[in-house]
Amino acid sequence: MASISLKYKSKNGNLTAPGNADPGAMIPIATAIIGSGGDTSVTFSNIPASYEHLQLRLSTKGRTAGLTGACVHRLRFNDDSSTSYTYHQLRGNGSSAGAEGGTASSNGSTIGYYPAGGETASAFGVIVCDILDYTNTNKYKTVRGLGGWDGNGSGYSALNSGVWLSTAAINTILVTCDDGLRQYSRIDLFGIKRAGA
Amino acid sequence: MPLPSTMTPIATQILASATATVTFSSIPQDYTDLVLVINSGTTAYTDNYLRFNSDTGSNYSYTRIYGTASAGSDRGTSQTTGYIGSADTTLVGNHIINVMNYANTTTNKTFLSRNNYNGSTAAGTHAIVGLWRSTSAINSITLSLSSSTWLANSSFTLYGVKAAS
Repeated sequence: MASISLKYKSKNGNLTAPGNADPGAMIPIATAIIGSGGDTSVTFSNIPASYEHLQLRLSTKGRTAGLTGACVHRLRFNDDSSTSYTYHQLRGNGSSAGAEGGTASSNGSTIGYYPAGGETASAFGVIVCDILDYTNTNKYKTVRGLGGWDGNGSGYSALNSGVWLSTAAINTILVTCDDGLRQYSRIDLFGIKRAGA
Repeated sequence: MPLPSTMTPIATQILASATATVTFSSIPQDYTDLVLVINSGTTAYTDNYLRFNSDTGSNYSYTRIYGTASAGSDRGTSQTTGYIGSADTTLVGNHIINVMNYANTTTNKTFLSRNNYNGSTAAGTHAIVGLWRSTSAINSITLSLSSSTWLANSSFTLYGVKAAS
């Protein structure tokens, strides 16, 4: 499992002098790029509490050569494996639209689909996932994802939303992957600053 | 020390008159993803497309979910343009298109288009996943329509998003 500790992976700034102009709101925090041999999942740990929201940007593919179809990415927070996750989804498989939901799950909140390792060569799935108000200790944590994959005759497009039924501030994110991750998959974590930060 | 922001505007085009195609060329290769934000209308209801690197081959495909009066899903395969949604006759149509890992030369290119439109003919919403079957790095994006033209004051802004490494 790829584990990215942000204590060591945060990108340094490149300002010319202290007190320089506001660098903007969307800040890269860490990246996981999967090497040869693949991996099973990705964890981002020691996430700084200095942003208002987080965004994950995924470009991924499964690693089992003989497996086809859609695989699922889910998020679990702070190593919580209790039945604290829900999700709802609107999806299209290229022929019909459908919806589903899940409550009180320990699996994590579903954020989208990606292709199994035996799907169209070199075609990766993509997801943009927002985690809103992640440090607020007065709220449950909401996630939403947009993404899917297309394999020129196969694929899914889906909108997902979910809740982690905890008011704890998020400091760790585990991205689970039904078919693991093949080489060249990447998951990028960004922080979105609040005004005046 | 504060970290540098990563969502950087690369170029903006605001149409002074009705226009059939819009092109972003010489796209820098310094970013991880591209985000294209479009706010537009067209002289008539029409489908919207993109092409990468002027590729006119049958290398594009899509899977979408859509909602108009009802929800549905369909796909297109081996097409000569990448479908990104629709626009109609008022300047309230919008697209947010994420082109992921665009500069890599190992994988095919997958993009997301989130599109809404509302005009005199139709209204609807799309979530589209598109594929360009090429491992080439993307250095240009050309936007086009199946018919009609974009209205004056339609705006197109291209952003670069750079990851931590």
